[in-house]
Amino acid sequence: MIEQYIPVIAMIVTGILFGVVSVKAHEILGPQRPNKSKETPYESGMEPVASAHERFSVKFYLVAMLFILFDIEIVFMYPWAASFRELGGFALWAMLLFVVTLFVGYIYIVKKKALKWD
Amino acid sequence: MLTLPIEYYLTLSAVIFIIGTIGVLTRRNAIIIFMCIELMLNSVNLTLVAFSQYMGDMAGQIMVLLVMTVAAAEAAVGLAIVLALFRNKQTVYVDEVNVLKW
Amino acid sequence: MTQTDLLAGLAIEIVSIFALIIMLTDALVERSTRLCETLSIVGLLGGLAASAYAHLTMPGQTAFNGMIVVGGMSTLYDAIFCGAGIMTVLLAREYLTRVGGMFDEFYTLLMMSIAGMMLMGHSADSMPMFVGLEVMSICFYVMAGLMRNKLSSNEAALKYFLLGAFASGFLLYGIALVYGSVGSTAYSAIAAKALSTQFPTLFWVGIGMMIIGLGFKVAAFPFHQWAPDVYHGAPTVVTGFMSTAGKAAAFSGFVGFIAPTMASGVPGLEKAKVILALLAVGSMLVGNITALAQTNVKRMLAYSSVAHAGYLMIGLAAGNAAGWTGITYYLVAYLFMQIGAFAVVGILERENGGNLTVDDYRGLARRRPGLALVMSLFMFSLTGIPPFAGFFGKYYLFNAAIQADLTWLAIVGVVSSVISVWFYLGLVVIMYFREPLGEMEGGEASISSRTALALSIIGTLLIGLIPQAIINIAAR
Repeated sequence: MIEQYIPVIAMIVTGILFGVVSVKAHEILGPQRPNKSKETPYESGMEPVASAHERFSVKFYLVAMLFILFDIEIVFMYPWAASFRELGGFALWAMLLFVVTLFVGYIYIVKKKALKWD
Repeated sequence: MLTLPIEYYLTLSAVIFIIGTIGVLTRRNAIIIFMCIELMLNSVNLTLVAFSQYMGDMAGQIMVLLVMTVAAAEAAVGLAIVLALFRNKQTVYVDEVNVLKW
Repeated sequence: MTQTDLLAGLAIEIVSIFALIIMLTDALVERSTRLCETLSIVGLLGGLAASAYAHLTMPGQTAFNGMIVVGGMSTLYDAIFCGAGIMTVLLAREYLTRVGGMFDEFYTLLMMSIAGMMLMGHSADSMPMFVGLEVMSICFYVMAGLMRNKLSSNEAALKYFLLGAFASGFLLYGIALVYGSVGSTAYSAIAAKALSTQFPTLFWVGIGMMIIGLGFKVAAFPFHQWAPDVYHGAPTVVTGFMSTAGKAAAFSGFVGFIAPTMASGVPGLEKAKVILALLAVGSMLVGNITALAQTNVKRMLAYSSVAHAGYLMIGLAAGNAAGWTGITYYLVAYLFMQIGAFAVVGILERENGGNLTVDDYRGLARRRPGLALVMSLFMFSLTGIPPFAGFFGKYYLFNAAIQADLTWLAIVGVVSSVISVWFYLGLVVIMYFREPLGEMEGGEASISSRTALALSIIGTLLIGLIPQAIINIAAR
């Protein structure tokens, strides 16, 4: 039983070792001369303008919520799409009904201006 | 192919369920409490899939799809409620929300 | 699936379709409140008619591969949900406009929650039961927070949401374990296979988890702590709706899986009965005794609704046919008296949440004689004084307990009813025999609110006069 896991364990151990060794080796072997521009998040890129812990606009949450709702419906589409030949005409009508229901929700959020971005 | 006995899956999901429960009971941040609840729901999904596979019965897997949808709907509503609260009170800590006391 | 399936589920389908139509109306029509109101009532009456049709033409039939069952008790559940919905719609506009929670989404949410409840009431399988429960609960979370600028309403919604979702987790884990032990989610499989299961421990842990999950939803002791806060913080019309229709739906789910468990003869039934009986005793005593100490009428009614959950659990603990019909009858009776009581509270409540304490009700009989009389009627019925509906409800439940050799449980029920006399009739005494403390500026009840009150009064009196008719429908 346990023998069958040896490759997996070896893989995990190698992975951890590789990460630890390469970071530590860099710290030990490389020269350490820090200066201000080297400590910025993007050393030779953009200058950071403000703290990253900024509050997002509430619009992001609204869109995120709507995304979750419409996104999850694919879990019902997928099993149907995978076997819709066997399921036949009835499943097609059922799926159409489902999509129409979702579409009502979509009309609602559009009309309530939930997707308007300003 | 190697198959694990069903007890392994059941134990794992029970442990995850208990972790979720403890999280709900000890945390104060509404969002983290909600994440712990999601953990509980997903441990149930694991149980359902394990039983479904073990018994060769599809009902459990269909249930999982329903649970996922319910969890998504709950997530959306829960976030909206937390957001409404935050607009009025600027906090997401459940112990700071206590107007309703006798 | 065939035409008969669609016909059997017609009541649920009508209510769901109307929920969608109302949602579209809300989005597409300007100033649509009255239109939404009318559509809701039409949809709910349509649901009632379809349910009655199914009851008469195909009683006891299952549909959708044994997922739902039609007729009998489920018809009465439909009547409870649609009736509560109609009364809530009649009460809602006036109240919500006053407290600043008038969004047309209310009608969509109401209809969707009713569709979920009906699915629960009809379910013959834990899968639709869970889906129905969640549809209902998710709508309730939003409805509790409808007054989105009020902190109390936000808090009620948050508490309800977190504890409700937590409870759903337990219920779901229970369903999963029972599924694993009997190999199916259908209730009929529980009755047929529970005795021969290879994993009796798994089965009982599962049933226990389901009891915990639904115990939360019906607000039974010791899972009742959310109820007073949520019932207090939510808009009063929503509270009335949640505490009657919501409780009825949760009990319909409860009966759904407890009844086959009790019938299966699986070892350990006696212990389960004792546990249910203890939950009933705890709910009755804790609910009534805590209600004694309340100064806010809404909280008092909330704690007393915990006690009523306790009376209903007597029917579960009895575990016989008399128990199931007793529960259904009590739920019908409770619908009228509790919604009526909350309607009066809602009519008296002011914009800022004023006029809610017991002191505000002092001398109400002199200033608002009609409302005081109506409120007294509901209080008498809630106490269980004959000939009102509440008395017969308790009679049937206690009778079921005695038939199941649980006479002690019936005695505890009577004792806790006596405790409840103190605060129910105490409120009547305060309304009739105490001097008012200050001036009470009066909101006049609108025609539709009066109609809803009249319906509750007629219900409370009529159900008390013709108890046998209800029992006959349930037994069919």
